[in-house]
Formats: sequence, C-alpha cells, structure tokens
Amino acid sequence: MKDTTENVKFKAAWKYAPAPEATDHVQISSSYDLFINGQFVPPKNKVYFETTDPSNGKILAKVAMADKDDVDLAVSAAKIAFKSWSKIKPQERGKYIFRIARLIQERAREFAVIESMNGGKPIRESRDIDVPLAANHFFYYAGWSDKLAYAFPNRNPAPLGVVGQIIPWNFPLLMAAWKIAPALATGNTVVLKPAETTPLTALKLAELIQESGLPKGVVNIITGDGSTGAELVQHPDVAKIAFTGSTAVGKFIKKATAGTNKKLSLELGGKGANIIFEDAAIDQAVEGIVNAIFFNQGHVCCAGSRLFVQESVADQVIQKLKDRMSTLIVGNPLDKNTDIGAINSKKQLDTINRYIALGKKEGASIYQSECHLPEKGNWCPPTLFMEVSQSHKIVQEEIFGPVLTIQTFRTIAEVIEKANNTPYGLSAGVWTQNGAKIFHMTQKLNAGVVWANTFNKFDAASPFGGYKESGFGREGGLHGLKPYLKFD
Amino acid sequence: MDRLDVLKTYKLFIGGAFPRTESGRYEAIRDKRGNLIANICLSSRKDFRNAVVVARKAQEGWNKASQLLKGQVLYRIAEMLEARKEQFVEELVRQGLSRIAAVQELELSVDRLVYYAGWSDKYQQIFSTVNPVNSSHFNFSVLEPMGLVAIIAPENDSLLGLVSVLAPAIVGGNTVVLLASESRPLCSISFAEVLNTSDVPAGVVNILTGKTAEILPQMASHMDVNAIVYCGNKEAEMKKINELASENIKRVVFYKKQNWEHPSDESPYFIEKLQEVKTTWHPVKI
Repeated sequence: MKDTTENVKFKAAWKYAPAPEATDHVQISSSYDLFINGQFVPPKNKVYFETTDPSNGKILAKVAMADKDDVDLAVSAAKIAFKSWSKIKPQERGKYIFRIARLIQERAREFAVIESMNGGKPIRESRDIDVPLAANHFFYYAGWSDKLAYAFPNRNPAPLGVVGQIIPWNFPLLMAAWKIAPALATGNTVVLKPAETTPLTALKLAELIQESGLPKGVVNIITGDGSTGAELVQHPDVAKIAFTGSTAVGKFIKKATAGTNKKLSLELGGKGANIIFEDAAIDQAVEGIVNAIFFNQGHVCCAGSRLFVQESVADQVIQKLKDRMSTLIVGNPLDKNTDIGAINSKKQLDTINRYIALGKKEGASIYQSECHLPEKGNWCPPTLFMEVSQSHKIVQEEIFGPVLTIQTFRTIAEVIEKANNTPYGLSAGVWTQNGAKIFHMTQKLNAGVVWANTFNKFDAASPFGGYKESGFGREGGLHGLKPYLKFD
Repeated sequence: MDRLDVLKTYKLFIGGAFPRTESGRYEAIRDKRGNLIANICLSSRKDFRNAVVVARKAQEGWNKASQLLKGQVLYRIAEMLEARKEQFVEELVRQGLSRIAAVQELELSVDRLVYYAGWSDKYQQIFSTVNPVNSSHFNFSVLEPMGLVAIIAPENDSLLGLVSVLAPAIVGGNTVVLLASESRPLCSISFAEVLNTSDVPAGVVNILTGKTAEILPQMASHMDVNAIVYCGNKEAEMKKINELASENIKRVVFYKKQNWEHPSDESPYFIEKLQEVKTTWHPVKI
C-alpha cells in the first residue's frame, strides 16, 4: 500500500439508527389472477404459486400459473385488440400512455415499497431509480406515438401485431416499462410475462392499467414460470418476441423461433469491463466501481463485473475500494440506510455461492467485507476476487451477484484486448481525466453502452442494448422504436 | 492465321490473393448448348474458414480508415468496373443475359457503387443521435460496424445483386466473406479482379464460389462471424441459418427479393442493417 493512502475508518464515527420505510399504505392482495382482456381471470388449471420476500422468506401473495390455454386466451385478446388499437388516432394512443406514466408517478411510493419487498432491492434504489425511470419511460414513448414518421422518414412505419414480452427479475417494474411503453407507442398490443420470482409490481401495473382506461386486451399480463414463457414464444399468433434474460435462454428462443416469421429482440447477459487508468480521479473511480458492481446486489446484466486497474495505482485503488466496502450496509431492503439488499432468490444465491467456491478453487484470492448479515433471508456480502486471469471461469462467466474480479494492466492496447476478450458486449466503463484517452477507449470497446467517468446510468432517451452474445435490438431512445415496427 | 484465345482460370479471392480451392474440386459451368464456359472452384468449408481468418485480421484496419477514404475506395471500384465494362457485359451474356440486359446490369452496378461511395461519410449523420437524458450527462449514440459479415449473394442478378449487398456492408466498415451466385458465378471472380485493382485492402472482401448447401451451415455456425446476410427465399435454408446463428447470437439479415433493379433496392437502410448502436455517457457537471 502506498503511503499516501489513508485508511479511512468511516464506520467508527457513527452508528445508523434503523430507518425502515413503512409498509402500511401498501396494498398487496392475498392472491392474484391473470390480467387478460382487461379483467383479472383465474388460470384455467387453477394452479397458483407463492411469491415471497427474499429478505425474510415471508409469503407475500399467491400468483396464478398460466399454462398453454391461458397464453392462448391472452394472445387472442391481444390479437383482437390490435385491430382497433393500431387504428386509433396516434395522438390518442399517446394520451393513454401519458396517463399510465402519470398514474405510476402518483403511486410511486407504493410501487417502490412492493418492488423492494418482492425483489429484495434497497428502497433507495427502487424509490430513486426503478420507479421514476419506469414512469419516465412511459412519458418518453407516449410522445413518440404521433411522431413516428419523423423518426423514420420515407419508410412508412407500421406496427407488427401482438408482441410477446418476457422480462427478468432484477428490475421487474422498470423492465415491464421498457417493454410495454415502446410497444404501445408504435401501435402494437402486448402479452407480458413477468419473472417467476418477482410478479407483484407487474400485477400492480396491471391494476393501474385497468384503472387508466386503456382499451381491454391492449396489455395482458400473465404470470408463470419458464414453461409459460415457452408457450408464449411458440404461439403462432405472436408477431414478435422481446426477451430480457440470460444468454442461454436467449439462444434457445432464437433457435425456437427459427423458421417462423417472428421478429426478435434480445437483451441478454454481460460481463462488463470497468477500466481505471492511473490518471483517473481515483476517489470518484472507487465510487464508480462500487456502483458498477454492487448496485442492485450485482443483479445487473450491464454490471461492471470485471475491474481492470492500471498497475501503478492498483494497490491504492484496491485499498480504497476495501475501505469503501467496509461502509456498505447489507440488510433490510426497506431500510433507507441499506446499500445492498437481499439476493433475489435462494436459487440465485446458490449460483453466486457456487461461483465464489469456484473462484477459491481456481486459486484466486478472495476478500469479503466484514458486514453484518441478517440471519433469515438470502444474503451475500460484497466480494472481491484478486489474482485472477482471463482464463478463470469467474472472469469469463456472468455471476449476477455482488462479486467483482480484479485484474491489472500496463498498456492501453493490453487492456483493450482483455476487455474485449469475452463473448459478451453489453457495457463497459472507462475512468480517466484524459479526454483523448476517453474517446480512444469508448471507440475501441466492443459494447453497446459505454460509461466514461460514470457507470450504471440509465435513461428513457438513451438507447440500451448489446453487441455479440449480449443480444440485439435497442431499448430506449429513438432506436428503441425500431424493434416494434415494420417498414416498406 | 487464327489465334487461339487465352482462357481465364476462375479461382477464389481470399486475402487479396487468388488461390484455387484447397479441396481441389471444381464445377463445370456450361452455356445453354452445353458448351463449357469455365471450370469454377467448388469451395470447401476450409476455404471459408481461411477466408474468415483474413477477414477478421483486416477488420480493425478497414474500420479505422476514415469514411472519406472508404468512399474513395468504393468510387475507385466503380471506376475500375466501368473500365472493364465490355468484359462484364460479355460474361453476363455468356451466362444467359441479352446484351441489352447485360449492359443495363453493368451500368446499374457501377451506379450503385457510386451511390454507396457517396453515403460513406453521411449515413452516420442520419442515424446517430444526441440523447437528452434527465441527468447531467452528455449522451450520444453512434453506429459501428458489426464486424465480420458472411454474405450469401443473390442467385439472380449475379453482378448487380452482389454489388447491392456488398457495397453497403463494406462502406460501413465491415469485412466480408461472400459466397457468389451458385449458378452464375463468373462475374463474382471477375469482380474480385476489379476489387484487387481498386485499393481495397487485402482481406476486406473475400469471394468464394461453390455450393450454397455446402457452405451455408459453416457460414451460419462459425463463431467468429458477427452477421450473416442471406439473399434468397428458401424457407428451409432460412430456418437452418437462424438455428445455427443462435450459437453466438449472430445477426441475421434476409433479403427475399428476386431482383435488385428497383430504385428502392438502394438506401442507407442497407448500411444500417449491418451496424450496431453504441451509446456513450459522460458527466457534464464540474
């Protein structure tokens, strides 16, 4: 460690009193049916499954398990609704979507609390990031409804029909917004399947959509597991599949839709490189590292999960990172002091722990901050792996948890080579105060989103999506309209 | 005294050189009367893999070349093609076109190259955006080439079709391994000679002749190919491509049209189809 580095003891200075967000204003029903054709209808087979709070294992509600018949019902409702929805005045279409945006804003607190209860993410994140971004996304795309001809001049854009949308559990409401908003603005109708472990905010969104007066059948929300998703993918009346999730499932969907005329957009996994040069603002970069990998427990496809630090500042950066990690509070997602919430499911915790064990077995040196972990629930302390190389599995594969691998580099050419040496290509980060170096790096990195001197920023107006095996198609911004349109 | 014509041996075009197929196999191309026109190379999967290696090596350098330079290289291809007009017309006639149709196809091909040469430093301005985000960041999205593109060229319009799918791919900074029309492959190799005298860096365009059924699975499944363009309308082939392309989430583009003569068969959207969108964020607050 360099002498200039001061080992700051943030934590010793004060103790945090618990500051939990109240849940008494939140309404969660004991049981949820499927939202089809503007109504909540029980599943044909009468099967329900339990959805829980991953921070304490408590059952929050029972949720319907949609099977083939239910998928069929939802798709036919969407198919009938498409006839009129695709024909109504575009400005009116936009007004419906604006209304949804406003309703989310009005109920923002309720959505944030439920998101944290069902998904395990810290209330600060669901309150300040997930829910506002979801509302903004509807607001942004609402405005496009009657302006599509300006986005695609001379191309006569037209909607596709019924779009099947399958979303993951890491940003349940936000991903629903990313999917539904552009689909509606372009005149399509929707059958959306939320993730198995996090259906509640999507079902609350269904209630909200029902109240918004959106014509029945335009948005249908059906809960279930992977088999429900597979039925949706294979349904012959679905014109397009939009999927966010793992690369393995993405490949399966691409294969399953081969030989059909279904359009496809995939937002898949990642193993983002976060690169710290010696001329970076080191303290800001350390904050950036924390945000890149520990945001949302590392359940982020674009997480900066591979850290590359220039050799000359490596000791300093790693020490400062350890110091900063010692201040991170892992615990109750509803507590406003919490930095890192609960791991989304037991299954995901097992996956993460399997990788941590693998990292040790591969000979990497591990560091975990000594944070207090609650006894019940799914928890993982923030974790670093050092002394790793490109050939380590923990460096190559997406862990989807708060686990960071750290490698050092000497030259720009070397770090570019290492950063791009992955089948993924979703995100990358660069930290330097040198302008030319920033643009050199952002041009050379094979990734759909590059953050320079920042990380994990999202916006409705900003296109998001990957290169290579991280998928194709963009969500957000003008480019996010294209996957939902056909052209002359 | 009568003079004996010197006939051309049609070979492949890989890495700026004209090798024969490593497999040593050939296919006789005959005119309607059954006379031998030429023995063309029947490329193997290994030829394709060799071509991918050189196309990958060439990609970074070609991408780095300025868009102005790329435009000038495309314009140079047009110049060279125009200069060999008679040769191509004769070849197209030998492959069964009327002289009028052959002249028209050649002229349209030249014009199409000029058209895409002109787009080189302009399409980016059409498709890129500055995104007004709700935070203190400068945020913009630009197009970048997908990288290495495998192309199965149109079966009809053996010259114009080839030019129509090749030009937008390379003007956008991609490098290409192209499989020529199976039944009318002659022009493709003569076109390679044009490319070879047009300042196109070695490896940027590689042209194979042979059987689609044999090479297609290799093109669709190769892990170092970023995108595949298929010109044709055989459902079974398209299904096969999508299945195999799923292994590395290869981008798949289908052009089902049978001819490439219409004005709408050229547009910047053909360039855009082989581009990725990259979004960059940077703080603006100090």
